[in-house]
Amino acid sequence: MLKMNGYRLDKTLETHVEAEGLKEEIHGCHPMDDLLRTDRLPHIWCPGCGLGTALTCFLSALRKSDLNLDKVAVVSGIGCTGRVAGYVRLDSFHTTHGRAIPFATGLKLANPELKVVVFSGDGDLVTIGGNHFIHAARRNMDIAVICVNNFNYGMTGGQAGATTPIGGITTTSPYGNYEYPFNVSALAKASGAVYVARWTVLHARRLARSMTEALLKPGFSLVEVISPCPTGFGRRHKQRQGLDTLRYYHEHGVIRHGADPHETDIGLGGALIEGKFVDVDKPTFLEQRVRRLEQVLNR
Amino acid sequence: MSRENHNGVLSGEFFMQGDIACAEGAICVGCRFFGGYPITPATEVAQRMSERLPLVDGVYIQMEDELASMNAVLGASWAGVKAMTATSGPGFSLMMENLGLGIMMETPCVLVNVQRGGPSTGLPTLVGQGDMMQAQWGSHGDYAIIALAPSSPQELFDLTIHAFNLAETYRTPVLVMTDAEVGHMTEKVVIPPPDEIKTLSRRKPDVSPDEYQPYHVASGEWTPPMAVAGEGYRIHTTGLTHDERGYPATGDDQAQWVLVQRLIDKIEKNKQDIVMVEREGLDDAKVAVVSYGIAARTAIWPIQMARQEGIRVGLLRLVTVWPFPDEQIRELVGQVKAIVVPEINMGQIVREVERCAGGQAEVILVPHPGGGIHDPQKVLNAIRKAAGRKVED
Amino acid sequence: MKYWREPLDLKDIRVPHGEIHVLVERCKGCGWCIEYCPRGVLEISSEINSKGYHPPMAAKANACVSCGLCELLCPEFAIYVVEMEGEVVLL
Repeated sequence: MLKMNGYRLDKTLETHVEAEGLKEEIHGCHPMDDLLRTDRLPHIWCPGCGLGTALTCFLSALRKSDLNLDKVAVVSGIGCTGRVAGYVRLDSFHTTHGRAIPFATGLKLANPELKVVVFSGDGDLVTIGGNHFIHAARRNMDIAVICVNNFNYGMTGGQAGATTPIGGITTTSPYGNYEYPFNVSALAKASGAVYVARWTVLHARRLARSMTEALLKPGFSLVEVISPCPTGFGRRHKQRQGLDTLRYYHEHGVIRHGADPHETDIGLGGALIEGKFVDVDKPTFLEQRVRRLEQVLNR
Repeated sequence: MSRENHNGVLSGEFFMQGDIACAEGAICVGCRFFGGYPITPATEVAQRMSERLPLVDGVYIQMEDELASMNAVLGASWAGVKAMTATSGPGFSLMMENLGLGIMMETPCVLVNVQRGGPSTGLPTLVGQGDMMQAQWGSHGDYAIIALAPSSPQELFDLTIHAFNLAETYRTPVLVMTDAEVGHMTEKVVIPPPDEIKTLSRRKPDVSPDEYQPYHVASGEWTPPMAVAGEGYRIHTTGLTHDERGYPATGDDQAQWVLVQRLIDKIEKNKQDIVMVEREGLDDAKVAVVSYGIAARTAIWPIQMARQEGIRVGLLRLVTVWPFPDEQIRELVGQVKAIVVPEINMGQIVREVERCAGGQAEVILVPHPGGGIHDPQKVLNAIRKAAGRKVED
Repeated sequence: MKYWREPLDLKDIRVPHGEIHVLVERCKGCGWCIEYCPRGVLEISSEINSKGYHPPMAAKANACVSCGLCELLCPEFAIYVVEMEGEVVLL
């Protein structure tokens, strides 16, 4: 029978470890540990998943950006990438599927001092959340969006999503996907994003650098992170391990800074074009608002 | 006649539309964020907020849809700002999932539903009260909610203020379930001076960030103090079932018990402080009319007519519809032999009345599918029937 | 390293040296650090952690130049490098 101690739990929840010594050994040593909720490691992501790398690059980028970490808020949605919010030792919000961007909008507008980062997956951000994605980009809302694209809905077992390439085998496209996918970078540019970059997790240093640029750039910045998902996607495409997918990126990755994102579609095979595609300056939503209200109301 | 002061309170006497009064009430109590979407008959709330918020250093944003609106409101609340949205039936349905998120994360905010005829697109410009059950059961899973039902623009003003105070006290979204009649009616509204407006705000933590646990509730309390983003507390919150640290605790059924029980109890066990009803003419009554919102107001004339016919009838007006005033109905049932429930739907709150009556009194519904207010004759006939009199056409 | 002509500032260049630390219990055996170390420092070890994965080991520890790529690439926060003061790698 369950005992309830008023509204308090009887026990705290900690990862079970064999010996006390091991626990001390694990937490606190790694240079990123002060930015992580180490009491929740090891994380839930599969061996060979690129999310850990994307997160490492993000934390490295945060450090480089010199932002006040008490003012950085991370908002994520649902999915494997969405779990990132639970692992960072920052103000973080794990919201509903597809709705991280409007939540982030509310946060930013209510406290413009916050640096709001949305860290979520392709299914969450451009499939179910597509509407919010394009509108936040349209408004040039000052948020940095890290979209990890692994071409499927990984958390639920590997279903097709709006970024699944034609021919992609998933649990809901068992004969090969025949729907045209979105090109996330192109979508961002077309909607008005001021910074658009795409990197695979293999190109970790360039990825971290782009993330720093996105964090420091005012306006809607998008970093599309191409990541392996061996369990949901890779193993159905002859990439049984994350390492196989990294080798694929090594072979197929082509860096083309300034490329027109509309010419960078990702298919099964073929070139995987990466780089910084867009980096322009445009007044943000809040700047536009202030300017207009000052003009009209003299305040 | 009116004077605006630095905190946006337009004190004075006005001939004001209900929706406008709602917006003014929100501003009086410190609401500084509105995220919404136009929908008849709630659009005027958004319009008024878009005009007034920039003047009081608040932010208005028109989101791309109601889902985004609800989420933006939650985000703003988590940045420490009192936030609200206003919608009607179709938008209310869209907001349901994220209303649940607000409840789960324990986010203070206000959601105004200016009800209209439904279902679906229904009667956009005409009154309905068909979302009352949805207010309690609309989002998935178990939870308790507070829903208020004003009957006049003045009351809509007052209850919007009260809704914010309840939201901040109980750390929950609070619903103001008004309707197209009250929302679009123009009547006298008195806005008091700022020092007469009660304003409550969420409790803040009194421990350091290292000691703070976002969902740790001290014994004797019902809600945890709320640290928000940007204060250095490095909080984590999630829509998943969570433990006291705010971390997902989906593998622990004790965490689910503790959390869900508290989310329900914090409202249900505080009913004595939350529930508000208004009694009129019930002292000697043998028949009672139980109603809320505009339907309660339009029952006044039939009650007067019935009294003239010698029927001892009174009105119990539910100002708080959720949590449902169980006790007040049971008390009434001990006194009267029949209850008449006029509502502008095909029978929603009447079920709660029947549940509380437990067969001890006859309960007569006067339904209306929406599109207009009740024909007073129908309500009068129901009262006559309740009193055992002959029903005339 | 063989040069066809010795660089003029060869004596001024100091290539750093790093010490590899592996948090054995966090490793999930993905093999990325081993594959992409530019100096071939890491190899898969025969020991296993409590989850059954083989963590990497610094087989050619002397060759490490503290580039930090393993630290950045590792998805598990299981490996990091500490730059050793005053030590130099002979190329």
